[in-house]
Amino acid sequence: MKTFDGYRRPDGSIGVRNHVIVINTVGELSALTRKIANLTPGVIPVIHHGGVAQFPEDHTQTLRTLVGTAGHSNVSATLVVGTENDPIAQEIYKILKKKGKPVHTVCLNKNQKIPEILHEGRSWLLTALENSKKEVREQCDITELIVGLECGGSDAWSGITANPSIGAFSDMIVREGGTSVLAETTEAIGAEHILASNAINREVGREFLDIVRTYEHRIKQTGEDIRSANPTPGNMAGGLTTLEEKSLGCIKKGGGTPLKEVISYAGKPTEKGFVFMDTPGYDVESVCGLAAGGAQIVLFSTGKGSPTGSPIVPVIKIGTNPKVYEIMSEHIDINAGKIIDQNKSINDIGKEIFDKVITVSNGEKTAAENELNQEFAIWRLAESI
Amino acid sequence: MEVSYNALKLHPKDNVAVALKRISEGEIVLISNFESNLVALEEIPYGHKISLHVINENEEIKKYGECMGKATNEILVASHVHVHNVRGLNENERLEIINHVMEA
Repeated sequence: MKTFDGYRRPDGSIGVRNHVIVINTVGELSALTRKIANLTPGVIPVIHHGGVAQFPEDHTQTLRTLVGTAGHSNVSATLVVGTENDPIAQEIYKILKKKGKPVHTVCLNKNQKIPEILHEGRSWLLTALENSKKEVREQCDITELIVGLECGGSDAWSGITANPSIGAFSDMIVREGGTSVLAETTEAIGAEHILASNAINREVGREFLDIVRTYEHRIKQTGEDIRSANPTPGNMAGGLTTLEEKSLGCIKKGGGTPLKEVISYAGKPTEKGFVFMDTPGYDVESVCGLAAGGAQIVLFSTGKGSPTGSPIVPVIKIGTNPKVYEIMSEHIDINAGKIIDQNKSINDIGKEIFDKVITVSNGEKTAAENELNQEFAIWRLAESI
Repeated sequence: MEVSYNALKLHPKDNVAVALKRISEGEIVLISNFESNLVALEEIPYGHKISLHVINENEEIKKYGECMGKATNEILVASHVHVHNVRGLNENERLEIINHVMEA
């Protein structure tokens, strides 16, 4: 049985990082949240701009994402920054307490001056940082790993090199009893019949077709047609001709394992194996949803060199062609372009990704972590009220 | 001697190959996973597609062994296959594929 060294949390989940974070509940607290993080080196700010004046569907989705992020297994302790009598802060606090996760809230209120709030936040975080240093890694089974599968800035090589290599990795980790989560519903449009027919049963296949249809419907309601925007001019210059071609390349990340389950944005897989999460094609929001759903690591293929990272999960960047790796090695970890010019096979790169996932799980930093690429954005379904 | 391919056929069912480097008009195309060599009818940019056979108007373009669109006119062998001679599927064609798969 393959293993890695992770952090075992009180609720039984396993983390591959031990971050102490500070997170805001609503957009207007962004600056205050960053200020608290700046006062406490070592603490990661997780900042978003939503949280209020949202339609119910967005309110639910935002809360689910914030709870999933604040309570993530890669997080050792969480400071929540909220407003007075803040229902979101109270909800996050309640859920994290129940999980046994160290959590504290500081809230803007009429009885506390801003410097006092900053001081309270900083003191709590300093203690949390000290405590986090005492936590030690222990041997964990690879079946505990959930790996998100993502792409951004596709080119004609994505479907030939990096994506099928990620697919080979996905098949390997599922074979070992772990979980892989493919995302980006929009990127499956035109190739949805392949994933649907590869579902474990007709019901899961139907669920998958449903989320694709719902997404397309929402796009049409805005008066847009996904086909007029995809492939993008950049995709076309790179040699991608149709939406179908782009999507066929995109779903290669899922490998050949049957699709076990379809989950909502920021939802947690209830089964081990190959899973699909309903997310937009916008990579920052998609990675954010994968992480909030419990993925401890995200694999990310890129042809044009998207630098997207995450504040809480290591993102392993896989370049699709030799050129992008050569010129952007600062934020790319693996060169799948070796399939084009160095006679490497898809399986070779799949194994390289597998080994990388283990070393990164053990604590090795990814390029995006070294560069402090910590993008965070929650998928919005409707407009603000 | 190791052959230096400049194009790659990805799946046995495919009728196009992908250029592994820029191929000039008149250049010999050595295709990995394909039995014969071709002479490029026109320039094929890096990462773009080249036809392996004559493709009739409205015939499916196959890449990864799957349908990625249909020819909008007859495409001669060894031609550049791209937006000028290929279209994506329309709604009815798509539904047909989905229904076919889900009924199977």
